[in-house]
Amino acid sequence: MPIITYILPDSTERRLEVPTGQTVMEGSVRNNLPGIIAECGGGCSCATCHVYVDAAWAHAFVEANDDEAALVEFADGACAESRLACQLVVTEAADGARVTVANN
Amino acid sequence: MTDTTRGASTAERVIVVGAGHAGGTLAALLRQGGFGGLITVFGQEEHLPYHRPPLSKYFTDGQPVKWLRDPDFYAEQKISFLLGQKVVSLDRARKTVRTGLGDEHPYDHLVLATGATPRLLTLPGGDLNGVLTLRNLTDAQHLRSAITTDGALAIIGGGFVGLEVASAARNRGTEVIVLEREARILARVASEQLSTIMTSLHRDRGTQIRTNVQIAGLRGHNGSVVAVQLADGSEIACSSVLLGVGAIPRQELALEAGLLCDQGIIVDDAARTSDPAILAIGDVTRRPVPGTEGHRRLESIPSAVEQAQQAASTILGVPQVAPEVPWFWSDQFDLKLKIAGIVAPESQATLRGDPATGRFALFHHRDGVLSAVESSNSAAEFMAGRKYITHQTPIAPLRLADAATSLRDCVLV
Ligand SMILES: Cc1cc2nc3c(=O)[nH]c(=O)nc-3n(C[C@H](O)[C@H](O)[C@H](O)COP(=O)(O)OP(=O)(O)OC[C@H]3O[C@@H](n4cnc5c(N)ncnc54)[C@H](O)[C@@H]3O)c2cc1C
Ligand code: FES
Repeated sequence: MPIITYILPDSTERRLEVPTGQTVMEGSVRNNLPGIIAECGGGCSCATCHVYVDAAWAHAFVEANDDEAALVEFADGACAESRLACQLVVTEAADGARVTVANN
Repeated sequence: MTDTTRGASTAERVIVVGAGHAGGTLAALLRQGGFGGLITVFGQEEHLPYHRPPLSKYFTDGQPVKWLRDPDFYAEQKISFLLGQKVVSLDRARKTVRTGLGDEHPYDHLVLATGATPRLLTLPGGDLNGVLTLRNLTDAQHLRSAITTDGALAIIGGGFVGLEVASAARNRGTEVIVLEREARILARVASEQLSTIMTSLHRDRGTQIRTNVQIAGLRGHNGSVVAVQLADGSEIACSSVLLGVGAIPRQELALEAGLLCDQGIIVDDAARTSDPAILAIGDVTRRPVPGTEGHRRLESIPSAVEQAQQAASTILGVPQVAPEVPWFWSDQFDLKLKIAGIVAPESQATLRGDPATGRFALFHHRDGVLSAVESSNSAAEFMAGRKYITHQTPIAPLRLADAATSLRDCVLV
């Protein structure tokens, strides 16, 4: 199972196994990690699952669609590495990826 | 993850009444914050917490239930659920709750998260088969079969839930008629401008919308509804009726126990009721809202989650996070609506984008400051608007009106 490292708002790191086909958001919620709130349950509506994907791992996930890009553009602390974790579907290619959870 | 044992030494007991979005979120947040005591959640429904928003949007398409958390989650987190168990009374002096089975359970912190229940109309024929409401999974299952059979669906009340069901039903080709008592749909919950836009959208998609309608009763045949009778004597034939006339807070427990209530349990911005050992969160509350006077009912997921966070912070004894501008979403046809803030009295509306394309935003402002944004398929406008409302950022309405002007160039700082 792919392993994703979450860097939490208090700077601690958590390495989690996330089954392929699940999202980075689901991995976090399933393990009750702080930071990713996911109010809309993955509907790309709420932006409470804002994370930063390390540039080296950007290609491990499909590109943001227009909806996601627009939501994230004005999220607090948005930058080039910003993504919505509910849109990051985990595949084998994501094994080892590092994501930093924004202070949602 | 600093203090993982808080609550353990004294075996502090948290009881949550209501296994809905607010109650389920609170239980998870307590563990996330390191609470080591006992957490027991009572739920009248037989189900673990699930997402209600899809019930009116996608459930009738055959989408499965969306659980709030994986069922194994709660066992791993040592959160106990007593499902199918209704709490029937509180004893504040002894700090206990009593269930319908007669058991008594002691608490140190009690959290009321009992939600709301659909308002019923005392109409002749209101108890006929085919007269439905929509709050829970069972309701949604009934609605699903109603929509998939032949015959028209009459929706009494043009609020968000009613209009979402209207769009889901139209997508399936069901004939839909919306009957609204007020002069416009969404009268309580959206601006006049948005009502107008949504009225024409729904009409274009074949929904009939009638406003200023007085319902006299429902007529049945062999025990099932066949028509809505209007006060002017006319009838609208239908094979099912959805009552979408709002929800009333389930405050009975609090009221009987003497907590301060006013169409909702009154809470402060730390989710506290008038009893220091009792908190209340979610749709059952009437709460303060930043930037407005008094208390309001918000009835949205973001509000339920925010209050769950407030209650968790209160129980854990940690500082509260900054309050959020209220917001919620609604999906109708191919429109993703997102609404933030509360339209201030005497404000003006500026439209950006073109409603005909489904992509637009209404900015409500007074003296160059936004109080609300109502957006459709315009996530950037929504997020920017919410930010400008939070920070009271001065904006230039004329620039906002021009969709070619970048949102960042619409602020005056
Ligand atoms: C069809 C529908 C669509 C919606 N769509 C949206 C949307 O798109 N966006 C949005 O932001 N919000 C939406 N909402 C609103 C949102 O679902 C609510 O704000 C949210 O569910 C409130 O959570 P809650 O926990 O306060 O109440 P609920 O989720 O209603 O949960 C309360 C629970 O408490 C139980 N209970 C009550 N009394 C007792 C008792 N005495 N003992 C034991 N258990 C008890 C109830 O059975 C219920 O399960 C929608 C609501 C509905 C019904
Ligand atoms: S969970 Fe709501 S946008 Fe990702």
